[in-house]
Amino acid sequence: MFEIQDPNSIQLNSEGQLKHFITTEGLSKALLTEIIETADSFADMSAQQVKKVPLLRGKTVVNLFFESSTRTLSTFELAAKRLSADVLNLNISTSSTSKGETLKDTLQTLEAMHSDMFVVRHSDSGAAHFIAEHVTPNVAVINAGDGRHAHPTQAMLDMLTIKRHKGDFSPLIVAIVGDILHSRVARSQIHALRTLGAAEIRVIAPTTLLPKNIEALGVKVFTNMQAGLKDADVVIMLRLQKERMQSALLPSESEFYKLFGLTNEKLQHAKPDAVVMHPGPINRGVEIESAVADGPKSLILDQVTNGIAVRMAVMSMSMSGQMTEKNLKSEAQ
Amino acid sequence: MVTGTLSVESLLDKMVSELKTLLIHRQIDDPLIIGIRTGGIWIAERLHTALALESPIGMLDISFYRDDFSQIGLHPKVQASQIPCATEGRDIVLVDDVIMSGRTIRAALNELFDYGRPSSVTLVTLLDLQRRELPIQADVYGSTMSLSPNQQVKLSGPDPLELEISQKD
Repeated sequence: MFEIQDPNSIQLNSEGQLKHFITTEGLSKALLTEIIETADSFADMSAQQVKKVPLLRGKTVVNLFFESSTRTLSTFELAAKRLSADVLNLNISTSSTSKGETLKDTLQTLEAMHSDMFVVRHSDSGAAHFIAEHVTPNVAVINAGDGRHAHPTQAMLDMLTIKRHKGDFSPLIVAIVGDILHSRVARSQIHALRTLGAAEIRVIAPTTLLPKNIEALGVKVFTNMQAGLKDADVVIMLRLQKERMQSALLPSESEFYKLFGLTNEKLQHAKPDAVVMHPGPINRGVEIESAVADGPKSLILDQVTNGIAVRMAVMSMSMSGQMTEKNLKSEAQ
Repeated sequence: MVTGTLSVESLLDKMVSELKTLLIHRQIDDPLIIGIRTGGIWIAERLHTALALESPIGMLDISFYRDDFSQIGLHPKVQASQIPCATEGRDIVLVDDVIMSGRTIRAALNELFDYGRPSSVTLVTLLDLQRRELPIQADVYGSTMSLSPNQQVKLSGPDPLELEISQKD
């Protein structure tokens, strides 16, 4: 684990613009809205025959994945390519003992290749923050998931998906269901939803999969699925993080499905026009019934599409923030 | 030194008549009008009405195509471009309020071509400030104007459309 200081001291430049994207925590409503709106205009680009803009032309983006991921890596890669950047994908196993030093060595090697942006995924909380602290100036760092800490682009693509289907956040009841304890996605979603002013944020999970003091984040806690889903506008299912389960926190997957798996029957308790989301990959028959995942209320594939747009938005905004800072510094000299 | 506002109605009349003549000369009977956000769209709407065209108006936001991203960064309020029908093989009338360096039009042409290969592009602007940095010229313009370096001109609208000339801060 790395220590995490005040995130905004590192992710914003002196003008208050994004220069790294490490976490949704502490970012202003205006900035989160700007990310959503910028992403929204990138999403509409799909009408173009050539689905590419020249914003990051000549820039090199390195996807630095210390933890495997198919959909996050491929959407980041596609996002960078649609911004006309050159992209390098690196999958690095985390077998080493002195992680901090190894990271620094890896960074120096990549910086020598004149990279302009690192997209980092790591199993340790705080890894992206650590890298942002140690990169050379004018290199942007985007967090693509760090341990249990944050997965801000996933949270923002979920916000874009909600915005595109529900419009305004203020009347919404949003229920997040499943393995909250191990979920960096849930944490980032809760921060974003609170800042964007959702009326009520609920977490629904068995006690063993809830972090201590989760109420401090401003959420209502439910251990009964039916009660928690009552009148919800948005239901976000989380993946059961089997690879993160260190001990027997669950009696069995089938028991979990019986109590917390999303079925059409349980979904009856939510509002009639409720939408269902899931960050993927889904465990069918563990968190969610296939009939729901493939049903008319499911936005799971919209989320993937919106993921590209959100990643294009934070990449271009962070690069823009870095360049603004660079120009301000050279003016001051 | 000139400051103040200027009505654009007479300029628009002149542009409509010149554009009509030009389209006939070029044998274009169903052009697709595309305005560049924001002022260009207002002018495009007026031309669209005056020419009684059937194809809806397209709107272009060139923020993602600007050539000064590394100098000034991303424009904070980017709106999506809306091109309502296929541009492939169409005769485009591209409209902006002011042409100065020509860089906006360069960006607009690049974006336009990402939607498909138009048959032709005719450029119409309300004002030509005659300070070109690129070899791009308007086919039809309302008026030329020479401003001193510390003056700027801005179109306000959409109703009424007015040109305002002011001192830079």
